[in-house]
Amino acid sequence: MTASPTLKVTIERGPSGAEVFDVPQYDNQTVLDVVSWVQQNVDPTLSYRFACRVGMCGSCAMMVNGVPRWTCRTHISKVLDGNAVTIGPLRNLPVIKDLAVDMDPFFDKWVAAEGIHHGGLTRDDPIAPVDEGSAEREAANAAIECINCSVCYAACDTVAGNPDYLGPAALQRAWTLLNDAKDEGRQTILDAVSGKGGCHNCHSIGSCTAYCPNELDPLAAIAGLKRETAKSFFKRGR
Amino acid sequence: MLNLRLYMLQRLTALLMAPLVIGHLAVMIYAIQGGLSAAEILSRTQGSVAWFLFYGGFVLAVSIHGAIGVRVVLHEWGGMKGALLDGATWLLGAGLLWLGAHAVWAVTFT
Ligand code: SF4
Ligand code: SF4
Ligand code: FES
Repeated sequence: MTASPTLKVTIERGPSGAEVFDVPQYDNQTVLDVVSWVQQNVDPTLSYRFACRVGMCGSCAMMVNGVPRWTCRTHISKVLDGNAVTIGPLRNLPVIKDLAVDMDPFFDKWVAAEGIHHGGLTRDDPIAPVDEGSAEREAANAAIECINCSVCYAACDTVAGNPDYLGPAALQRAWTLLNDAKDEGRQTILDAVSGKGGCHNCHSIGSCTAYCPNELDPLAAIAGLKRETAKSFFKRGR
Repeated sequence: MLNLRLYMLQRLTALLMAPLVIGHLAVMIYAIQGGLSAAEILSRTQGSVAWFLFYGGFVLAVSIHGAIGVRVVLHEWGGMKGALLDGATWLLGAGLLWLGAHAVWAVTFT
């Protein structure tokens, strides 16, 4: 039996600095597998977050060689630089410990962008019909597969420079709801995305769209919000 | 650090500047045929309400557009915020307007 090749894995561990681990390489090994191997075999105190391991829950995102990725669906062989890789906590969010970041600011901004359902009906009303073929529904459908992983938020340079900026995921959800026939919060949403941290701060460079692991397009959603808010500006002066 | 109002102001001033810049370049190319002197320019612009409005409008648009643009840079790259950022935006806008208005006044009225 030949010895399996060894990976040089650098893990950024916050204030205590980076540590290098030797990790055996396997076939079909993901970045998350590598992190788990270190935690299970070398240092049980290594903190990181995951749940589903199949790209559904959005909890395992980390920086891999400086790029935000969902680690459970990223094969290590795709990101290796020789036999080395550097894994760090997600950018643009406060680090709790090692690879686990505090996601609160990310989710607080979903709420601040009114990325919440604004219902107008009660349980006694008939169910509102949804026209699956309408342009609005198609715009709403485009982003419902968002898994809240914050990869786009970590990729966004505007978030890095402007801490108030609501960020691509929250604004994309606001756009989804704006196009949802069952959501009645139109003006509330438009007002929420027009403030000092709103969609108008986006520089349209598109890192969010480039890095979203689900191939969603927050850049296009934000462009939609800019269009709708501009129309509302001419109609209502705000 | 842009809300909808600042965003719209910046877009609308850009919309205004585009034809004015093209007009400026076109007239420049046309006027320079066969040489051009300062006196020749001034004879055309002095006392002209049309040129005053043309360049006055341009200077106003530039002041607003530029101040908002630099505001974003000051915030995102310089970390400036709050009243300081607002103050810097106004100062820049006023400074650009003063410089530009000075020049427009000089060639159209004095
Ligand atoms: S396009 Fe906008 S939201 Fe997306 S990364 Fe760039 S600034 Fe951020
Ligand atoms: S838009 Fe894409 S990158 Fe952003 S949170 Fe949703 S799934 Fe993740
Ligand atoms: S662990 Fe759920 S998306 Fe990676």
